[in-house]
Amino acid sequence: MAQQELILIETLCTHYEIEVSFVDSLYSLGLIEIHTIEQTRFIPEEKVADLEKMIRIHQDLEVNPEGIDVIFNLLRKINNLRSELADTKNRLIRYELENQ
Amino acid sequence: MAFIDYYSVLGIAKNASEADIKKAYRKQARKYHPDVNPDDKTAEHKFKEVNEANEVLSDPEKRKKYDKYGKDWKHADQFEQAGASGGRRQRGQGNPGAGFGGEGYGGADYSDFFESMFGGSGGGFRQGGRSTKFKGQDFNAELQLSIHDAYQTRKQVLTVNGENIRLTIAAGIADGQTIKIKGKGAPGINGGPNGDLYIKFAIKNDTKFQREGDNLYSSEDLDLYTSMLGGELLADTFGGKVKLKVAPETQNGTKVRLKGKGFPVYKKEGEFGDLILTYSIKNPTNLTAEEKKLFEELQKLR
Repeated sequence: MAQQELILIETLCTHYEIEVSFVDSLYSLGLIEIHTIEQTRFIPEEKVADLEKMIRIHQDLEVNPEGIDVIFNLLRKINNLRSELADTKNRLIRYELENQ
Repeated sequence: MAFIDYYSVLGIAKNASEADIKKAYRKQARKYHPDVNPDDKTAEHKFKEVNEANEVLSDPEKRKKYDKYGKDWKHADQFEQAGASGGRRQRGQGNPGAGFGGEGYGGADYSDFFESMFGGSGGGFRQGGRSTKFKGQDFNAELQLSIHDAYQTRKQVLTVNGENIRLTIAAGIADGQTIKIKGKGAPGINGGPNGDLYIKFAIKNDTKFQREGDNLYSSEDLDLYTSMLGGELLADTFGGKVKLKVAPETQNGTKVRLKGKGFPVYKKEGEFGDLILTYSIKNPTNLTAEEKKLFEELQKLR
């Protein structure tokens, strides 16, 4: 089984200069995953990029966790639409080639 | 090199207060921030402009210099010399990167106008002492494979932006599937991590087999006599021909499932989907008089 790297929440808070309460509110909105092992809380390393993005949106744009939730949902929608568009474009190209 | 009207970049009047500048900057940043405009080069460029405008106008010293010499920036040197005795930081004329502290954007992220007027030592986009790190842009590539290529694990070398990337494509990769190669995207900005490379596979199928997930579907013609009396059939599978037993009185459209004769299961070595064959019974044509007579006899028996 693949091993998952976990990072201590306190370490992340110190590094990014954020309050633990901010991480808690992201967690309560289901925006991040938290693993609790023997009463110590961690974030999977592979999710840190998402957390960094949330921190930037919060600090650079003064968006609260609820706003971040909205942004992430909309970004997900954009992403899905983009890949649907790319699929459709590919299919169209193949269709045009086949019918030349 | 063109003069940049930082006031119009932020959409504010020349007499805007510090609070107005901050408010206008926030508004523009929310619109063009790279995190809310993924893979959008225009927004990225606009964001850099907005940051640069904010950097100048939110710093009283820079704003003063800009207001005084902005349009006439070539003469700003005199201003600089006049102020040098007062301990003002000297700009690196001819070397925009001079004095760059290693934080913030690299010199290339400022306009030539900014570099010329303030040098490259601006310190970058900073908020309360924190320099913003951005993950580099993700790259997206598409790779075309034939269904035969996707049937076997293969190694391939891709060249992305001059870098050779060795890739192992596991058998069973699906059409439209995307794999992520960490850190092979554009370099991070301001010490941020590199972006990732996403490779999307387009699998062209020019065979008689339709693929749905790990299963393959195809049809096999069956002559009337084998379908009635049963017998053997040499059927095509993706991996070669197999001998099949056909049960007597097999109906048209009967489906048989050949376990493990489908497509390899992605990243599960030795596992395969199934092949589902549909029998298509072909009736004889151009009957001879004798054949016709025999069929009529058969008909009478029913």
